[in-house]
Amino acid sequence: MIAAHLPALQIVIPLISAPLCAIIPSGRIAWLLATLVSWIALAMAAALLAEVTANGPLDYAMGGWAAPWGIAYHVDRLGALVLVIVAGIGALVCLAFYHSIAREMTADRQPLFYTAYLLALSGMLGIAITGDAFNLYVFLEIASLASYTLVALGPDRRALAAAFQYLILGTIGATFILIGIGLLYMMTGTLNMADLAARLPELMDSRPVRAAFAFIVVGAGLKLALFPLHWWLPNAYTHAPSVVSAFLAGTATKVGVLILLRFVFTVFGVVFAFGVMPLGEILTGLGMIAILFGSLAAIFQDNLKRMLAFSSIAQIGYIVLGVGLNNLNGLIAGLVHLFNHAAMKTALFLALAAVFYRIGAVDLASIRGLGRRMPYTMAGFVIAGASLVGVPLTVGFVSKWYLLLAAIEAGRWSVVVVVVFGSLLALIYTLRVIEAAYFQPSPDDAGEIREAPLAMLAPLMALAAACLYFGIDTGLTVGVAKVAALGLLGGYQ
Amino acid sequence: MEILGHYNYWVAIALMMLGLYLVIARGNLIKKLVGLNIFQTAVFLLYITVSKVAGGTAAILKEGYTLYSNPLPSVLILTAIVVAVSTTAVALAIIVRIKHAYGTIEDDDIMARDGDP
Repeated sequence: MIAAHLPALQIVIPLISAPLCAIIPSGRIAWLLATLVSWIALAMAAALLAEVTANGPLDYAMGGWAAPWGIAYHVDRLGALVLVIVAGIGALVCLAFYHSIAREMTADRQPLFYTAYLLALSGMLGIAITGDAFNLYVFLEIASLASYTLVALGPDRRALAAAFQYLILGTIGATFILIGIGLLYMMTGTLNMADLAARLPELMDSRPVRAAFAFIVVGAGLKLALFPLHWWLPNAYTHAPSVVSAFLAGTATKVGVLILLRFVFTVFGVVFAFGVMPLGEILTGLGMIAILFGSLAAIFQDNLKRMLAFSSIAQIGYIVLGVGLNNLNGLIAGLVHLFNHAAMKTALFLALAAVFYRIGAVDLASIRGLGRRMPYTMAGFVIAGASLVGVPLTVGFVSKWYLLLAAIEAGRWSVVVVVVFGSLLALIYTLRVIEAAYFQPSPDDAGEIREAPLAMLAPLMALAAACLYFGIDTGLTVGVAKVAALGLLGGYQ
Repeated sequence: MEILGHYNYWVAIALMMLGLYLVIARGNLIKKLVGLNIFQTAVFLLYITVSKVAGGTAAILKEGYTLYSNPLPSVLILTAIVVAVSTTAVALAIIVRIKHAYGTIEDDDIMARDGDP
């Protein structure tokens, strides 16, 4: 009975818990509730992924109203994969919230922080699960508004300016998507993604449909921080509370990629997106520039959070590049990297959150000698950093391997060069951190610095272990990504 | 005739451009927000225009009326209005906090006071 309603419960449980958190007076109890809900959400997402992998896509009519009239939830393999990524990152990061939030926020704000976090979580889960275009917009705004709030809760005033910038650009992006959806509704008279997919092929030549496509791609590009629409990201990630950066880095941009994939592959279809419209050239071109720009900019940052933020722009470039190559291996690379990047970037930001918790700064100068004082934290950082570079036996290597296969298959040697060069640049900025943490003496005024508390260390270790495990045993991630990619290329199913 | 027939669409597009221009060109955060609101409202107008059927009335069953405008976009826009109001509320709250923290709501001054781009 309950199993049949899993798709609805997946959203409803976090959504209802959010206001509950707001009325709980104690930060500690709010944290317990948020953590419990996050782990329940992860369990449900895992159950849905298992169900969908075994028995194919799942349809759920919200409130019992059948598809074209009611809002349909449609769980396919791609959606289930993103559900697991978002819920998994949420569940792990939530453990680290306790200490970090207690340090960075006053007691009266803590329950409200957990409210915003749960709203962001339910919004992102909703985007992954919905089969209705307008519903997707509403969930997107729920997730975005909560994210702006989370960023604004950062420790100093620059967080406010960053949150405002994020709000303006995020709202423009979401409104662009709304315009696109409106134009699609105008031409087809439906908002259901399955119906849209069925009716759009005969409207391929109409100008409103092309305009809708352009609006939606640009809107999604803003949300996923595709170069040159990335300007909100470095500030937002740098000035947000440390653990919020960890949560958003693993989820927000991934959900943006999902929106792009949903519309490009499910709604418009490969023929329209890559045949009629020049999406392949645009995505590969911008992806390559993003890799070079992001990695180069990351090298020159002394604030490590800002460094990781620019590195995120580059890593999103890899994902978009894989999608833009428009062949099976490219799409597998994009999807695997979606998972891999979520794991490694969250691990990196969690390591920085632990560093900030102990020493109150995250710039290159203040982490000198930290390799000896916080050995586990820095070990986690090094493993995830190696994944970022793409060292063999880490997850980063797997995604880059498929990306290179796809590039060679497509005969795009420029892509091969960019991917290899980008990895070298990633090596440089990772080595800067390792050099400072392991090969430089601690500053003289450094006091007694202990290892981070277990609740922060455990999720970091789990993610670092995932970076290694899925780098060696690629069966699970590549398997799911391959089935999802085949599903995307085969149209709506 | 063709151009006049699309009157509403032209207005919607003009408002969108005006709103976006305000967001980009103005340094005052409140003015940016006003621009964003105009931009969003223009999209509402676009939706409502799409739903209008020439000669149609509101979708209420009544004897003597057979032609109705599509009510669904109005419902969608009610939702979108709620979203826009929430966005404005969050943005205003952030602006109030910025004013407290920086003593100004001019983009250039805020950047100058932090010394980073």
